[in-house]
Amino acid sequence: MAIYVNENTRLVVSGLTGREGRFHALRNRDYGTKVVAGVTPGKGGQDVDGIPVFDTVAEAVQETGANTSMIFVPARFAADACLEAADAGVDLIVCITEGIPTHDEANLYSYLQGVDTAMIGPNCPGVISPGKANVGIMPTEITLPGRVGLVSRSGTLTYQVVHEMTQRGVGQSTCVGIGGDPFIGQFHIDVLKQFEADPETDAVVMIGEIGGDEEERAAEYIKNHMTKPVVGYIAGFEAPPGKKMGHAGAIISGSKGTAVAKAEALEAAGVKVGRNSAEVADLIASLV
Amino acid sequence: MDLLEYQGKQLLKSVDVPTPEGGHATTPDQAREVAKRIGQPVAVKAQVQVGGRGKAGGIKLAQDHDEAFSHAEAILGMDIKGLRVESVWLEPAADIVAEYYACFTLDRSNKCYLGMVSAQGGVDIEEVAAKDPEAIAKVSIDPLLGLQDYHVRALVFGAGIPAQYRGELSAVLKKLYKAFVTLDAELVEVNPLIVDGDKGMVALDAKVTLDENSSYRHPEFEALREISTTDPQERLAKEKGLNYIKLAGSVGVIGNGAGLVMSTLDVVAQAGDNAANFLDVGGGAKAELIANSLEVISGDPQVKSILINIFGGITRGEEVAQGIVDALKAVDIAQPIVVRLDGTNAVEGRKILADNPNPNLYTAETMLEAAARAVELAHGSRGA
Repeated sequence: MAIYVNENTRLVVSGLTGREGRFHALRNRDYGTKVVAGVTPGKGGQDVDGIPVFDTVAEAVQETGANTSMIFVPARFAADACLEAADAGVDLIVCITEGIPTHDEANLYSYLQGVDTAMIGPNCPGVISPGKANVGIMPTEITLPGRVGLVSRSGTLTYQVVHEMTQRGVGQSTCVGIGGDPFIGQFHIDVLKQFEADPETDAVVMIGEIGGDEEERAAEYIKNHMTKPVVGYIAGFEAPPGKKMGHAGAIISGSKGTAVAKAEALEAAGVKVGRNSAEVADLIASLV
Repeated sequence: MDLLEYQGKQLLKSVDVPTPEGGHATTPDQAREVAKRIGQPVAVKAQVQVGGRGKAGGIKLAQDHDEAFSHAEAILGMDIKGLRVESVWLEPAADIVAEYYACFTLDRSNKCYLGMVSAQGGVDIEEVAAKDPEAIAKVSIDPLLGLQDYHVRALVFGAGIPAQYRGELSAVLKKLYKAFVTLDAELVEVNPLIVDGDKGMVALDAKVTLDENSSYRHPEFEALREISTTDPQERLAKEKGLNYIKLAGSVGVIGNGAGLVMSTLDVVAQAGDNAANFLDVGGGAKAELIANSLEVISGDPQVKSILINIFGGITRGEEVAQGIVDALKAVDIAQPIVVRLDGTNAVEGRKILADNPNPNLYTAETMLEAAARAVELAHGSRGA
């Protein structure tokens, strides 16, 4: 089963004919993901290495039964592409695009509350269920099929932790990169709920970073609702207040959103928090 | 992008929010001319993107244009919290009858827009929030619905605004909201929003933060970009378009991806020193970007060693390695460099480094090992 993406994923890629979209969609297909369609307005009827291209997502869904959308279009078109995919009725949108205006993301978030489509991202590395499907840009060779779920705001930090887990023989059920922007579709807490319900996940690694209060909310959820063990990691103990640390969302505002507060909230919820990626991998290895 | 007060006021004025008639000056002579034009007494205000200007001596009242000259002379060039005062804004001294607070911002906790009004303006709103949270009226606004009249009433009545000012404040709030949305602002804050004698309501200060991601649809943003940091490395990094933040330690850090770089700063601290900077080269960094990054960091006299931590995804190991080799040829780098490469094409990258040996270049297998080595080298030990 895994969560979000699996053997039943049928992927439509908005921006398939672009350089990055093509490169990663074909890599996703090579991994075994069923990439059934692409969408580029004006290029309907063409194909990319055998994958049919349509002018609209609705047409692609109708013709191919696509149930998951991956967004690879430039930032100025990406929010529109997400809305189009939601309107076409896909179950899940994975939006890789970085740099979407925040007001557009706020509108998109609001719209998605009223429909059945879930969104991962924007500004995220995507989702991989090792051995089943990869939707996004994560390097597959560092993953190992297994029973630990992972959720993270960051891309490369996720790779780092997954790499160290795999080195210790700890495999992953699904790795979810939720993205570093303030307004995203699925937050830590949404992904934790999915892992708690997933029969193929035994434990979870949750990676957070400075900014906002999502990790604190997730800690509250873990304390009250999770039966599966969770290992945590927070990046940004050395980050100064008031500076955006790369991600739009990674900023300490006044005294709010510090790494110390987040780590303490997680520990108070019974989560074992590692101080670095190696400790996190050791902790999760000792649990499973 | 945080705007200066006068830039924020000009934008608010463009949506008809009442702002004082003032003038901008970059020299004391210009300040004198502005003071002559707008009348006296006049407030001379330092233009820096940071709070607490008044306490730092950056706002002074001048009785005549000669005093405006001397105040401007004193304020221009001042360092306020690491920012150099490059210009001043002059405006007629206000006759403050009442001071309010008004703002619209993005509320990431509740994933919507947030409007706030308080009758306790003119003081730090964080202090009001801490001491007397009831004094701040708040409304959550669905971005798809936009600001409705009932939101405005909730703010105005909720903050206990006296009856005679409710209508005027309501009109100002609608204009501030319009500015917030049409300008793609992350924050539009007026503190204080004053009742100025019999002149009505005026935005005496303006704090506007714009969303850089929206700059493609706002060509006007380009003219608002100001580099006012006094730190030479931050200036150089901004000019080169690098995602760089100056920090206090002695280990220069370069990495890819915000999370991994933050994590690298943390492991450097755990290894016993502190990072000298945050520098995220992002995804898909090419050799030139790596070389530029090395140039900025190695030019910092505070940096004693450099740690490059790359986990390739979109970024390819051989590009990073080539950038390091190129930089070592082009720039004279005195500090030892520790490189840790993993992920996409790391093997090819490590080979390039091995084929171009340099006594100043060290490699490490893991992130922790790399941090420990960089700290060791920063403290003068050559290690094993």
